[in-house]
Amino acid sequence: MARAVSFNRKTVNTALAWAIGLLIFFPILWTILTSFKTEGQAIADPPIFLMFDWTLENYAIVQERSDYLKFLTNSVIIAGGSTLLGILVAVPAAWSMAFVPSKRTKDILLWMLSTKMLPAVGVLYPIYLIFIELGLLDTKIGLVVVLMLINLPIIVWMLYTYFKEIPSEILEAARMDGASLRSEILYVLTPMAIPGIASTILLNFILAWNEAFWTLNLTAAQAAPLTAFIASYSSPEGLFYAKLSAASTMAIAPILVLGWFSQKQLVRGLTFGAVK
Amino acid sequence: MIRKTSLGVALAVSLATSTAALAETITIATVNNGDMIRMQGYTDQFTQQTGINVEWVTLEENVLRQRVTTDITTKGGAFDIMTIGMYETPIWGANGWLVPLHKNVNFNTNNLSAAYDVDDLLPAMRGGLSHEGTLYAAPFYGESSMIMYRTDLMAKAGMSMPDAPTWEFIAKAAAAMTDRSNDINGVCLRGKAGWGEGGAFITAMSNSFGARWFDMDWNAQFDTKPWADTLNFFKNMMDASGPKGYATNGFNENLSLFQQGKCGMWIDATVAASFVTNPKDSTVADKVGFALAPDTGLGKRSNWLWAWALAIPAGTQKEKAALQFIEWATSKDYIELVAAKEGWANVPPGARVSLYENDNYKKVPFAQMTLDSILSADPNNSTVEPSPYVGIQFAAIPEFAGIATQVSQEFSAAYAGQQSVEEALGKAQDITNEAMEAAGYR
Amino acid sequence: MATQHSRSAARLMMAPAVMLLLGWMLVPLIMTLMFSFKKYLPLRGGDLGWVGFDNYIRFVSSSSFWPSVMTTLIIVGGVLLITLVLGTLLALLLDQPMWGQGVVRILVIAPFFVMPTVSALVWKNMFMDANYGLLSYLWEFFGAEPIQWMSQASLTSIITIVSWQWLPFATLILLTAIQSLDHEQLEASEMDGATTLKRFWHIVLPHLSRAITVVLLIQTIFLLSIFAEIFVTTAGAFGSKTLTYLIFQRVLESQNVGLGSAGGVYAIILANIVAIFLMRIVGQNLDK
Repeated sequence: MARAVSFNRKTVNTALAWAIGLLIFFPILWTILTSFKTEGQAIADPPIFLMFDWTLENYAIVQERSDYLKFLTNSVIIAGGSTLLGILVAVPAAWSMAFVPSKRTKDILLWMLSTKMLPAVGVLYPIYLIFIELGLLDTKIGLVVVLMLINLPIIVWMLYTYFKEIPSEILEAARMDGASLRSEILYVLTPMAIPGIASTILLNFILAWNEAFWTLNLTAAQAAPLTAFIASYSSPEGLFYAKLSAASTMAIAPILVLGWFSQKQLVRGLTFGAVK
Repeated sequence: MIRKTSLGVALAVSLATSTAALAETITIATVNNGDMIRMQGYTDQFTQQTGINVEWVTLEENVLRQRVTTDITTKGGAFDIMTIGMYETPIWGANGWLVPLHKNVNFNTNNLSAAYDVDDLLPAMRGGLSHEGTLYAAPFYGESSMIMYRTDLMAKAGMSMPDAPTWEFIAKAAAAMTDRSNDINGVCLRGKAGWGEGGAFITAMSNSFGARWFDMDWNAQFDTKPWADTLNFFKNMMDASGPKGYATNGFNENLSLFQQGKCGMWIDATVAASFVTNPKDSTVADKVGFALAPDTGLGKRSNWLWAWALAIPAGTQKEKAALQFIEWATSKDYIELVAAKEGWANVPPGARVSLYENDNYKKVPFAQMTLDSILSADPNNSTVEPSPYVGIQFAAIPEFAGIATQVSQEFSAAYAGQQSVEEALGKAQDITNEAMEAAGYR
Repeated sequence: MATQHSRSAARLMMAPAVMLLLGWMLVPLIMTLMFSFKKYLPLRGGDLGWVGFDNYIRFVSSSSFWPSVMTTLIIVGGVLLITLVLGTLLALLLDQPMWGQGVVRILVIAPFFVMPTVSALVWKNMFMDANYGLLSYLWEFFGAEPIQWMSQASLTSIITIVSWQWLPFATLILLTAIQSLDHEQLEASEMDGATTLKRFWHIVLPHLSRAITVVLLIQTIFLLSIFAEIFVTTAGAFGSKTLTYLIFQRVLESQNVGLGSAGGVYAIILANIVAIFLMRIVGQNLDK
């Protein structure tokens, strides 16, 4: 990997990459900065970048109006629950597709993906009626199931591409040694698949965290996650940029921090079998 | 940690309920407007008085509409109280989806109490929130629309605002007040797509130009001259004296423009008066005057009538507790409570006669003009030529919201210069007739 | 190599996932199909009986139908193009040696974590607002007349916002692929005097084809159903109504579930056409 590059070229690369990186990150940075301004400073002309009176009052107002911790807890439970449930269902499926492929494997995979193309708004009424019937409205378990189903195709596919990279000779060898199917999965496959499973969990946690249609439309007070929390700050009366920024920062901060800390694992899993 | 605490709380709650059996919790869906957010702050007092806990679902207006409509039409029962407007109430009431609040023979015990004094509600509000004489939602606050203008800029332009101006005068004053180099726009009006935004404004305005949505046979009327006059007048005036990008400005955008001193005049909801005269948020608080919404001499003014009201969906298990809350939130006592804590200018306006008879409230600069505007609005008789619908800035039929949103999108595209006024009106005509046919009117 | 035993075991293991998704697909699908043949108006008493293909005819004959299909394709196509081109360039850049690569990668990946509602709100209000938006100040600073993003450039605005959200995804996948490129081969061709462009065209791009396929497939699936970005920014005004949004208007704003359901069926058909297209033309890349 050691490539000889001139100092100059490295400097240019660095400058360019940092400039682009900061540009891409800027909207988030600006949101975070604005959340510490007063409403007046948030719309000041010309815009103020750093030299404003830093204040925490927006966070105080937001917290006073809505119980952030409740929304946060719901988001964690719903995103976490749906991801874990999805993994439980998807691992066996992906395993069998990867190691006992049939003619139809590819079709089944693509069919699964195509279920994601159903426009959610078109089936809101049917799903809402079913939810009422089953008493799932405004429950976390209802959302866990729905988000699991929404993301299941992605989970299956990611795991499938992962498992496929595991050389089947290893499994053959294990089978020769008389390993049962269960122990084959438990002791041979799982350890090798853990990085893949980890990144799948991460990606799906993010997708579930950010899902904003079902989480908003199937909840009221009990199960509402952070996506609903944001909906009460979107266009109130009067100036609202600073409060909106504070609420936005509160909604994205947990997932942003999680994403950054685990980005190595996430990046490894994001290949979807794109690399051979 | 969180797990443990919530377990502890759950335990404590279950213990409390088993001993007291009173701790009921009601869920309220509401809009994120200032007065509702203020009400949330006082909810603790209600809970102390009654032992009823309140859970709030506060949503932005469009999301709220979508959410409560889905829930009421499917009888989902996710909410015990819904915040709805004058458009929804009669339609839902007629469908039997709301618990009657008054004149309810079957559930006499659940009627609003005598102390609530239902006769104190402004007749216009009570009428608009009733179906066949039965009240289905209690007004939390009511509004009409009026002109709010900058007294200093008006004087600078060498003009003076009559109490009941014409559109002609508004256009002239707007041109005179406009000062592009200082970023001052003569007039700020709603151009934003959406039936409750620009759609409401242009419909109310069209009434004063002699236009109507439908003739007596439910035929769309966008091919008539009054509509062309309305839209051309609006666009010409706004192009000349309005803020840039007015095609995307709604109530909120205009409010902040006015508060920042960038508008000479603003014609909008009367509730905005307390925001623009509040020195905490407004840079022009002491320079605002008020006047009736303009007309063209045809006998109708361009002011509307609206109320945000609290209603109980039929089928809720907690009807009694919900009714108790509504009584508390829309009572005279609640008004007194807010007045004592935050001053008379900040109480929810436009709902009760007694408020406008209160000597303290009479001192509030916009009180009289608000009342006059509300009193001059007549939803049953809103157009110059006869029309088959009730409502001023809307027609109280289930199809209206969908149609008017699409129509106002065409209008907004015309404001933005993407199509001509004629094209927009042509499309509006087609959209409306198409939808009315689908609904079986024609 | 697989035995009969392992085959049936495999089927058993696949069953839960397949059954669940089948249920998730079929139950709403059947209900949607049923509604689509009915006059179903929730505000007028709900189910008003069968009407045959009325809703289907009405949905396509509406003046908004074809423009909405076009808008859908423009948004999906535009975002795909931008994220693929910029993603490739960015991936090539990030592959170069530099200081602080990890930090840059963190910066670039960040938009992917932002929920669509938040990113739409932030872009709409704090950047693209005609009066207080940062971009307006920027335009004014350079003496230009500020653009009224939401009305004059509605599609550009939406494509920009969505591209910003998906650029990290494309970049990361393409970066992983580039990193697996045989750098010695590249260097050898460099010695042979091949130009940068030629090297990119003949060595890098073919190597990336699989990654590009994946980006295309995954993003298309998500982009076809974008909703929050439009709901928050233009609410379908100024020619930004996608098919998904049109269905939303029919179902929720007009409260015509029958008509909206017919639209839903059309959307499913469109999605399947796209899916078949992807499978046939692009999907082959996956088998290589």
